[in-house]
Amino acid sequence: MQTIEEIQEEILEDFDMFEDWIQKYEYLIDLGKDLPAIDEKYKIEENLIKGCQSRVWLHAEENSGNIIFSADSDAIMTKGIVALLIRLLSGQSANDIAHADLDFINKIGLKEQLSATRANGLLSMIKQMKLYAIALDK
Amino acid sequence: MFEVDKIRERFPILKREVNGRDLVYFDNGASTQKLQSVIDTVSNYYKEENSNVHRGVHFLSGLATDKFEETREVIREFIGAEHTHEIIFTKGTTDSINLVASGFRSLLNKGDEIIISELEHHSNIVPWQMCCEYSGAVLKIIPLKDNGELEVNKFESLLSKKTKLVALSHISNSLGTINPIKEFIEKAHKIGARVLIDGAQAASHISLNMQELDVDMYCFSAHKMYGPTGVGVLYGKEDILNEIPPYQGGGEMIKDVSFKKTTYACLPHKFEAGTPNIAGVIAFKSAIEFISDLGFNTIAEHENYLLEYATQEILKIEGVKIYGTSEKKSGIISFNIEGIHPYDIGVLLDKMGVAIRTGHHCTQPIMERFNIPGTARISLAIYNTKEEIDVCIESIKKAKQMLS
Repeated sequence: MQTIEEIQEEILEDFDMFEDWIQKYEYLIDLGKDLPAIDEKYKIEENLIKGCQSRVWLHAEENSGNIIFSADSDAIMTKGIVALLIRLLSGQSANDIAHADLDFINKIGLKEQLSATRANGLLSMIKQMKLYAIALDK
Repeated sequence: MFEVDKIRERFPILKREVNGRDLVYFDNGASTQKLQSVIDTVSNYYKEENSNVHRGVHFLSGLATDKFEETREVIREFIGAEHTHEIIFTKGTTDSINLVASGFRSLLNKGDEIIISELEHHSNIVPWQMCCEYSGAVLKIIPLKDNGELEVNKFESLLSKKTKLVALSHISNSLGTINPIKEFIEKAHKIGARVLIDGAQAASHISLNMQELDVDMYCFSAHKMYGPTGVGVLYGKEDILNEIPPYQGGGEMIKDVSFKKTTYACLPHKFEAGTPNIAGVIAFKSAIEFISDLGFNTIAEHENYLLEYATQEILKIEGVKIYGTSEKKSGIISFNIEGIHPYDIGVLLDKMGVAIRTGHHCTQPIMERFNIPGTARISLAIYNTKEEIDVCIESIKKAKQMLS
């Protein structure tokens, strides 16, 4: 299993290949489309993350010390970002997730995704993933 | 003759680029851009005139006070109010509504009723919910038709002796509906209810005359009228403003203060506690003059042309649905594209230099009514152009192609 840092490096390399924002956003859209569907039973009010303009459902479960995330969003761009976060964090140990330094968003030139209103959503997502990790850590 | 290029020159921000493209600013319903004359007036105030109003005996205080009061008179004329002291300066429309809602609590009894509508902005819903919570009054809602118009018949059936206040928006910020407020006001007055109109979306687009409308209270914001942020107006008929108790206590709003009994100042000062946004109020005059000089006929002609053109072009895009198709409509187009979330449209348009708003626009009941998470919203202003609409339409097509 790759570490979170290694996966971050990989994502940075992926995004380095793109020449313009269109390619970058198309890639995000594709990631969103390819994200495995969340089990419908988890698309409930309790799993909604607050602070997003679009709705994001996040579910987490523990599997022999590792945290498995699944998620969905009704907006495809948001889903693309969620897919990146899942690629990074799903399957990692609770401890690693809780202490992960996720600076890749800035580096891949999606800074505007971090600006004010949208940032709330993204930061809420990361915070919620870390909280799940801490809560499920046994 | 109206030349939009000449108008655009007066708004410095319109020259800037966003994400490497010429800015197309279609989020005027949220806030309009600022006139050079407004910016200059603010700047000049701090450079040449700054002092507190209504207090000092010295030269600068007198100057600031005179300019501040000049705006009040200009607004009185602009909205056709009878008296200058019926113009109260606030922070904005939300503040104006809260001022009234907060004071109205003490005028209501348990079981009294306040009527609002399904298309209100949250700022014309929540203050009344709070007012009802404190007073025991009951909130009644005028329902919305599919085209975004209010059900006038239902309004009539809601009116009764218990109705003490009707609070409605003049123009819906989400749907663009222009409500027939004169009709609503007449009907409400017949049973003795007071009427407050939220005019935030109207004041820079349609001509207002308080005396003709016979409205009891009317609110609007400077920042949606090419003026500064943090300045708003509450117009109120003298008698109702005298009836409503003060909103905030402090300096300026008192007649005499003692620990036994404090008496309040007369209108308008009774509602203007503390140091106001002096620079903003003075600069607001420049914005009003800009609108008055253009005239509402010219404004309506240009904005209606843009609205019709944009509506016609956007409907050519497959899968587009427009929310709000009332007969009388302001320059607001709320839309969705089948299978696409409005947020995605907004993010991609932004990358192409086009600023629109996405989401529920602080009108969640409307979104619930249409069973949608939100809409993408184009809202127009006097400086927008046909070419900008073309850029926006091309950008929507491009976004749609990327997202499909």
